[in-house]
Amino acid sequence: MKQPVRILVAKPGLDGHDRGAKVMARAFRDAGFEVIYTGLFQTPEMIANAALQEDVDVVGLSILSGAHMSLFPPIIEALRQVGRDDALVIAGGTIPATDIPRIREMGIAEVFGPGTRLQDAIQFVRERTGADDPEGST
Amino acid sequence: MPRSASPETLATGVIGGDTASIARSITAIENDAPAGREVLDRIFPHTGAAHIIGVTGPPGSGKSSLVNEIIRETRGRGKKIAVLAIDPSSPITGGATLGDRIRMLEWHADPGVFVRSMASRRFGGGLAQHTLTVAHVFDAAGFDPIVIETVGTGQDEVAIAALAHSTVLVQVPGMGDSVQTLKAGSLEIGDVIAVSKGDRPEAQALARDLRRLQTLVDDMDGLMHGWRTKVVTTSATERTGIDTLLAALAEHRAWLRDSEEWELRTRRMLGTEIASRVQQRLLADVVAASESTGDVIEQVVARSVSPLAAADRMLERLRSRR
Repeated sequence: MKQPVRILVAKPGLDGHDRGAKVMARAFRDAGFEVIYTGLFQTPEMIANAALQEDVDVVGLSILSGAHMSLFPPIIEALRQVGRDDALVIAGGTIPATDIPRIREMGIAEVFGPGTRLQDAIQFVRERTGADDPEGST
Repeated sequence: MPRSASPETLATGVIGGDTASIARSITAIENDAPAGREVLDRIFPHTGAAHIIGVTGPPGSGKSSLVNEIIRETRGRGKKIAVLAIDPSSPITGGATLGDRIRMLEWHADPGVFVRSMASRRFGGGLAQHTLTVAHVFDAAGFDPIVIETVGTGQDEVAIAALAHSTVLVQVPGMGDSVQTLKAGSLEIGDVIAVSKGDRPEAQALARDLRRLQTLVDDMDGLMHGWRTKVVTTSATERTGIDTLLAALAEHRAWLRDSEEWELRTRRMLGTEIASRVQQRLLADVVAASESTGDVIEQVVARSVSPLAAADRMLERLRSRR
């Protein structure tokens, strides 16, 4: 049996809208992942330290402030500083499609915008981490 | 460090206090990977110094917030502290939401604080299978104390007491009358009882009930055992009572060290760890054996063999395999 995926769900920046992050945390839990939920107002250093100490496979970032283009690079840099640039980084939130190519160039594997099916985000993580599907539904 | 670091490299890193090595070693141990066992074998001679403190109590009683305050006090005294925070895994999907770290985020820049979240992976008793084994990693890395925060527990989960030198039982006010304080089970395992949310009016009444009960118990057997359970009222929001709690824990540690209790408890902890590992391995054998006993289950379903007789047959098969 493969081991559960460990995923950090964090909200960088100053917007207080954590509904999306909570929904994703719950969806990942129901997908059989172990979700470390650190919630709102996370600095790049907090995210990197959590990724390092918790030894997560995946870092999930939720942003609804519009500040993603300035928030993502220092997070990627902080992960690199602690040696965790090997983690799969995914993002969600109100991110315009036109920004996505540049976000991918930063080192973020995929962006899940409004209207994403939960199953699509889960499936993406499963494929990239080689995780089992506990319900065998996909 | 590459993800393929050898157990030897990881073990050297752990002993040197390297965060990435500690984190990876814990993952390997938790996942029953061969590397975990190898790392443990190498680091184990470097363990045995740390004071292992269990913190247990009901869900939402304030364990994580209290642990955060314990971190603050401990760092104020200049000691390195590690926290292993356990939350439950889903019995249905195996997934988990690990939400204790969120109370301890302020230490992200402090290398003297290591917080690791762990899913129970259906182990039971409010713990995870490899709880104490993971604590050895922190011990080898020089963290002392090591706090194990259990899953939110009820009246009957007492396993933590067999895996810690000192147990802090967190109780919340407003959960029933004084008859509750008479009940057996978890109330018996606290070396220190912290009445949390001490800013609430009912907290003093609960602390009083618990102290009264404790006085009665002490008259009977407290003197025999030599340690009188201390009842402390704490408030993480007002940051009161934490120094008293830490003083009680320091006193308990000194008492353990000055008596033969430290050694007795250490033996019990390691014995429990060994037994738990043996159980885990045996259980894997049983599961493997029971997969080939579908016929027995069919007979039980058909009511021609009782469940107890079927269990005997399975055991016979298991023994004949050896």
